[in-house]
Amino acid sequence: MRVASVAAALAVLIALPAVLSSYQLGLVTKMLIFGIFAMSLDLLLGYAGLPSLGHAAYFGVAAYTVGLLALRVANNFWIDFPAGLLMAAGVSALFGLFALRTRGSYFLMITLALGQVLWGIAFGWRSLTGGDDGLPSVPRPHVPLPWSLTEGVPFYYFVLIFFGLAVGALALIVSSPFGKALVGIRESERRMEVLGYDVWRYKYVAFILAGLFAGLAGNLFVYFNGFVGPSYLNILFSASALLMVILGGSGTLLGPAIGAAVIVGLENFISGYMERWVLVLGIIYVLVTLFAPNGLVGLVRRRLGHSAT
Amino acid sequence: MTALEVDKLSHSFGGLTALADVSLAVAPGERLAIIGPNGAGKTTLFNIVTGIFRPSAGRIRLFGQDVTRLPTHRRAQLGLARTFQISTLFPRLTVLDSVLLAVQGLDPARFTLHRRRAVYGHLLERAEALLADWGLADRAGQVTRQLSYGEQRQVELILALAGAPKVLLLDEPTAGLSPAETASVAEMIRRFSRETTILLIEHDMDVALDLVDRVTVLFQGRVLAEGRTDEIRGNPKVAAIYFGTDDA
Repeated sequence: MRVASVAAALAVLIALPAVLSSYQLGLVTKMLIFGIFAMSLDLLLGYAGLPSLGHAAYFGVAAYTVGLLALRVANNFWIDFPAGLLMAAGVSALFGLFALRTRGSYFLMITLALGQVLWGIAFGWRSLTGGDDGLPSVPRPHVPLPWSLTEGVPFYYFVLIFFGLAVGALALIVSSPFGKALVGIRESERRMEVLGYDVWRYKYVAFILAGLFAGLAGNLFVYFNGFVGPSYLNILFSASALLMVILGGSGTLLGPAIGAAVIVGLENFISGYMERWVLVLGIIYVLVTLFAPNGLVGLVRRRLGHSAT
Repeated sequence: MTALEVDKLSHSFGGLTALADVSLAVAPGERLAIIGPNGAGKTTLFNIVTGIFRPSAGRIRLFGQDVTRLPTHRRAQLGLARTFQISTLFPRLTVLDSVLLAVQGLDPARFTLHRRRAVYGHLLERAEALLADWGLADRAGQVTRQLSYGEQRQVELILALAGAPKVLLLDEPTAGLSPAETASVAEMIRRFSRETTILLIEHDMDVALDLVDRVTVLFQGRVLAEGRTDEIRGNPKVAAIYFGTDDA
């Protein structure tokens, strides 16, 4: 049943380019990228119980790293892409040292503050980052394949492969002894310590992994968008990621990806009619909290008679 | 050698002295009750022994090894387990998943993140055996918070037993239970392996004296009396604090 639905979803994703216009395919590509981003945040929020409000930092750092290297040094996939991941993991390893000294709403505040530091750097250091003009015209990478990634369809498959890898890796992590321990920490930190778990170490590794996967999303996004600006480092972007996770269902593997797809789709649709997208985001948040506190996945599960976990 | 030795332990919260110069030693396999009125410092003592609080002064030794400065999880790795007076179970996990976490806590697999836990069949076997041993096998798939309070107290004990601890601290395991539930939990404790050294905090003196070999009485953060159960039963000072000044 589970395997069958995953296979079906995969088949649909592989077949999509045959039926979608290039504009629509671009939108789905964006959904996949933001899906990776939301899933990475869920590892912290949904599994380890750490509400980060600064997750844009790792997305943005990776995007800026790839953008700067591709524009100023060399557009070499094999250097730029790993460098983006490395920077995201490095920054999360550094920020984690500070953030994990706190918990609850203090954790929320310190992750927010650390994220805003990076936003401030990106905004203020014009000579390096272009300030609020950002980095335009970031080229897509050359890879040793018969298709050029500047085309929509090959790039979609390029992203889809990374999406599949991310889902696979995260599925393994959350079902591993490590992932189960994160859930235990979310439920009762004190109990886990008494049972012999080095709680800090688990949280720290989760923090870095979440940063790494956020960096993967940032890497893909700067190639997709050809542009990165400070808005991909700021609190609003972090908050929309939180909303994607909560909307889809925190603590579930694919829920956040579904939440990301819904948010990206809605934003695209609504932006065509009005400019008050943030207002709509706020309304969605209120509705989810009131009517689907376990997210869309929780809603579906309840309809199907499963208990939400 | 002593299993657990507490040497001149003192602790204060702000200006308030919770423990003053408390010393006790427990031999391997021995069962010791710690009794005393509310506020005597019993739970504080457990919190210091497990490393949740740092003492202001004094040492703690586990099988001769000084663990005073070790973090909680390292003490657990050395064979120290405890239960809590206020339930800190995993409310949204099933009973089986909770016990699996407890079993996994002392297993080298606990840090693994590249393999599914289902691969580790021995963890599941051990968790299921524990539940079967203690009569909770039919509750395995239930979410912990849906269990009765009495069953939750039993899960609490099973979690502490999962790592086959050498020293087990039980903090009021029968608090809030009905007489029948109290009797079944007491029976459970009586069945614990005699190789496990047990320190028991218990409010109900009859329950406590029935389960242990020796008693330490704490009063206002100090050791008021200690001795065999029959000596404590007849001790006038103990009778005085229990029937005279304990208004809790």
